[in-house]
Amino acid sequence: MFMWIIKRDLLLAVRRQSDVLTTLFFFIIVVSLFPLSVGPEMNMLRTMAPGVVWVAALLASMLSLGRMFSNDYLDGTLEQMLLSPQSLSLLVLGKAFAHWLVTGVPLVLMAPVLGIQYDLPAEALLVLTSALLLGTPVLSLIGAIGAALTLGLRGGGVLVSLLVLPLYIPVLIFGSGAVEANMSGVEFSAHLSLIGAFLLVTAVFAPWAAAWSLRVSLE
Amino acid sequence: MAINWFKYSSPASFYSLAGKMIPLFVFAAVILLVAGLYVGFFVAPTDFQQGEAYRIIFIHVPAAWMSMFLYVVMAFWAGIGLAFNTRLSSMFASAIAPTGAMFTFIALWTGALWGKPMWGTWWVWDARLTSELILFFLYIGFMSLQAAIDDPRRADKAGAIIALVGVVNVPIIYFSVQWWNTLHQGASVSVNQAPAMASTMLMGMLIMVFASWMYSIAVILKRTRVIILERESHTAWVAELHKKGAV
Repeated sequence: MFMWIIKRDLLLAVRRQSDVLTTLFFFIIVVSLFPLSVGPEMNMLRTMAPGVVWVAALLASMLSLGRMFSNDYLDGTLEQMLLSPQSLSLLVLGKAFAHWLVTGVPLVLMAPVLGIQYDLPAEALLVLTSALLLGTPVLSLIGAIGAALTLGLRGGGVLVSLLVLPLYIPVLIFGSGAVEANMSGVEFSAHLSLIGAFLLVTAVFAPWAAAWSLRVSLE
Repeated sequence: MAINWFKYSSPASFYSLAGKMIPLFVFAAVILLVAGLYVGFFVAPTDFQQGEAYRIIFIHVPAAWMSMFLYVVMAFWAGIGLAFNTRLSSMFASAIAPTGAMFTFIALWTGALWGKPMWGTWWVWDARLTSELILFFLYIGFMSLQAAIDDPRRADKAGAIIALVGVVNVPIIYFSVQWWNTLHQGASVSVNQAPAMASTMLMGMLIMVFASWMYSIAVILKRTRVIILERESHTAWVAELHKKGAV
C-alpha cells in the first residue's frame, strides 16, 4: 500500500512535470531575489544565506501542499481510498513521502548551487544540504495536516499558510541554526540531531493527525 | 444528592445556566478590576529602577498569562468535543478563541509600550516576545480555519485538530525559540530576571489576574450563548424564546 501510493503519486508527477519544475523555480527565484533587494555585499549575503534558503524552501514546500490531496479529492479517488480497508495513516505517510520526493528532493539538490551564489564555504554547503535533507520531510509531514484540513475550502491556499507556517518554525530555527553554527565554528551536530528528532516524531504523529483531518474533511 | 452534570452539556440547559451566571462574573470582574487598578495605580510604590512606567505590568502580565492559559483551555474543550462528539464543548472552544487572541494582542501591545521606556525599543527578538507572537499566529490560524468552513460540525472538528496539534507544538516552539535566542546572544536585553516585587505590587497584579479571569469567563459564556442561539436557531426551544421576546 505504502509503496503503491508512492509509485502512483510519482507517476502522476512525472506525467505532469511542470508542477515539479514550478516549485523548483519558485525556490530559485525567491532565493535570487534577496541579493537584488539587499545588495550584493558578500559578507552580508554569507550570513543571510542559511536563513534565506530555508525560508524559500519553507515557502516552496508549502505552496505545493495544495496538490497533495486536492486532485484526488476532486476526481473522487480520495473517497475510495478512505473507504478501502487499508490504513489511512499509512496512505497519508505515503502521500507525504511522495510529496517530499517530488518537491523536497529537488530543493535539496538545488540548495548547494544556490549556496555557492551566496559564497558559502564548502563545509557549510554540506551542512546546509544535510539539514535540508533531514528537514524537508518534516515540512511535508506537517504540511499534510494543513492540506488535509483545508481540503476543498475557499481560499485554502492562503489558509494553509496560516495554519502550517507557525508549525514550521522549529525546523526553520534548527535548520538554519546548523549552518550558522558551522560557519561560526561551533559544533552543529546537535541541531541536526534535533531535526532528526522532529522527523521521527512527525513521522509517527503527523500521518495520524492528517488521517483524522481527512476523515473530518470528507465526512 | 447526585448532580446530573450531563444536564448542562445540552445547549438548551447550558444556555439558561450561562444566562444566570454571566451577571455574577461581570460583577466580580468589575469589582476586581476597580480594586486591582486602584492598588496598581495608587497603592503600589513607584519602582526605583523603572519609575512609573512599570505600572503597565498590571495589564501586561495578566494578559500574557491569560493568553497562554486560554489556548490550553481552548484545546482541551476542542479535544473533548472531538473525542466525545459533544457539541457544546466545541462551541465553548470556538467562544474562547477570540478572547485568547485579544489577550495575546494586548500582551504584545503593552509589551511594546513597556519596552520603549525600559529598553529604548518597541520590540526585541526575545524568546518570550517571539513565542507570544507565534501564539498569536496560532490563534489566528484556528479562527480563520473555523471561519472558512461553512459546515459547523466540520469546523468544530477541524478546529479541534489544529488546536491539538498547536498545543503539542507550543512547548517545542517555545524551547526552539529560547535556544535560538541564546544562540544569538539575545538582543542585549534580558527580561528573564524579574526583580523581586514589593508585596503590594504582587497583590495588585494578582487581583488583576483574577479580574481577567472573571472577565474572560463572562465574555466567553456570553459568546457561547450567542453561538448556541445561532446554531440552534432551528430548534423548538429557541423559537419559544423568540416568542417570549427573550432573545
